[in-house]
Amino acid sequence: MSQTKKELLVDPLVDNNPITLQVLGLCSALAVTSSLQVAFVMTIAVTFVTAFASMFISLLRNQIPGSIRIIVQMVIIASLVILVDQVLKAYAFEISKTLSVFVGLIITNCIVMGRAEAFAMKNPPIASFIDGVGNGLGYGLILMLVGVIRELFGSGSLFGVTIFQTVNNGGWYVPNGLLLLPPSAFFIIGLIIWGFRTWKPNQVEEREYKIQSVEAH
Amino acid sequence: MEELLSLAVKAIFVENLALSFFLGMCTFIAVSKKISTALGLGISVMVVQAITVPTNNLLLNGLLKPGALAWAGFENVDLTFLGLITYIGVIAAMVQILEMVLDKYFPPLYNALGIFLPLITVNCAILGGSLFMVERDYNFAEATTYGLSSGFGWALAITAMAGVREKLKYSDIPDGLQGLGITFITAGLMAMAFMSFSGVKL
Repeated sequence: MSQTKKELLVDPLVDNNPITLQVLGLCSALAVTSSLQVAFVMTIAVTFVTAFASMFISLLRNQIPGSIRIIVQMVIIASLVILVDQVLKAYAFEISKTLSVFVGLIITNCIVMGRAEAFAMKNPPIASFIDGVGNGLGYGLILMLVGVIRELFGSGSLFGVTIFQTVNNGGWYVPNGLLLLPPSAFFIIGLIIWGFRTWKPNQVEEREYKIQSVEAH
Repeated sequence: MEELLSLAVKAIFVENLALSFFLGMCTFIAVSKKISTALGLGISVMVVQAITVPTNNLLLNGLLKPGALAWAGFENVDLTFLGLITYIGVIAAMVQILEMVLDKYFPPLYNALGIFLPLITVNCAILGGSLFMVERDYNFAEATTYGLSSGFGWALAITAMAGVREKLKYSDIPDGLQGLGITFITAGLMAMAFMSFSGVKL
């Protein structure tokens, strides 16, 4: 095994982040980040599903025939998601209402499938489990970052606790309503990617067309 | 009829799956480099969506709902917790069947869409459409309309995105924003444009 366990866990946080570099699992990253609490629950759910799905798939990897592997992976993932969904409905009904279809959509979250395909099918269970946790956390990192920005500046609070007293409640902060609306998530993630890639220039994509200076006549 | 029309307009523009619910984002970002491929994928998503949403609706009402199994003598059986696994099964099966039918009867179309078909199984827009159908309690006619029009909305969004990106590749973008970054910001601007439809009522 080329990577140590620590690398497996830390690597997906920045260097190989599922959202900013692998372009996986974007749907929920954008949709559930308008409040931090929801983003936090989503992070836990996704980390749990990714970690255990990777582990189980890795345990079964020598038994699964190649031609039906997608279906087998789907069944394992779907069972885990049903488990999460039922637990949320039982113990955190309000949050499960806010998350609405996005809990179910963890099934088609590309992070889970992507890690199962790319890592768990080729590696032993414990390494796969750690890889799943790492990728879940890398996903969570971006989710929380976006969540903090959107909730703090969009409604002046964090985890529902007021930080900036808003004008409506007699304070001084005029909330930026745009941040609560869907498009802001795109901008924030776009800017986070810009930040990450300025920090780690080896992640920058090649240009398709280079602009060449033309000599003046 | 009017209701269905208004539902369709709402699903295409106001509640566009890609731009206001962020469904199918991974493929939306990854496969929107060229208009022709984006259009191909858009159409296949629309077809699969139009088939799976009504099918899942039938399954929900005929098998899973509390009391739906009354005809077999199980009045009190509630199987809704099996929903997720049923829907994804239907989607995977439908994509497989569609692939085989296209291969046999419409080879040119199959060759054009070929590589995208398996991808559709894991496209969240498809599963999302079915889950929204369940959550909003659509009947069969509504489910059919919703499936078709939400698929169309997604196809519209990805084609428009591909159009923008084809022009964008000639522009001088800061290194860090190149590729993924600028794509996100473009999608954000498009989402804002689509939001202006939200005042439209039919």
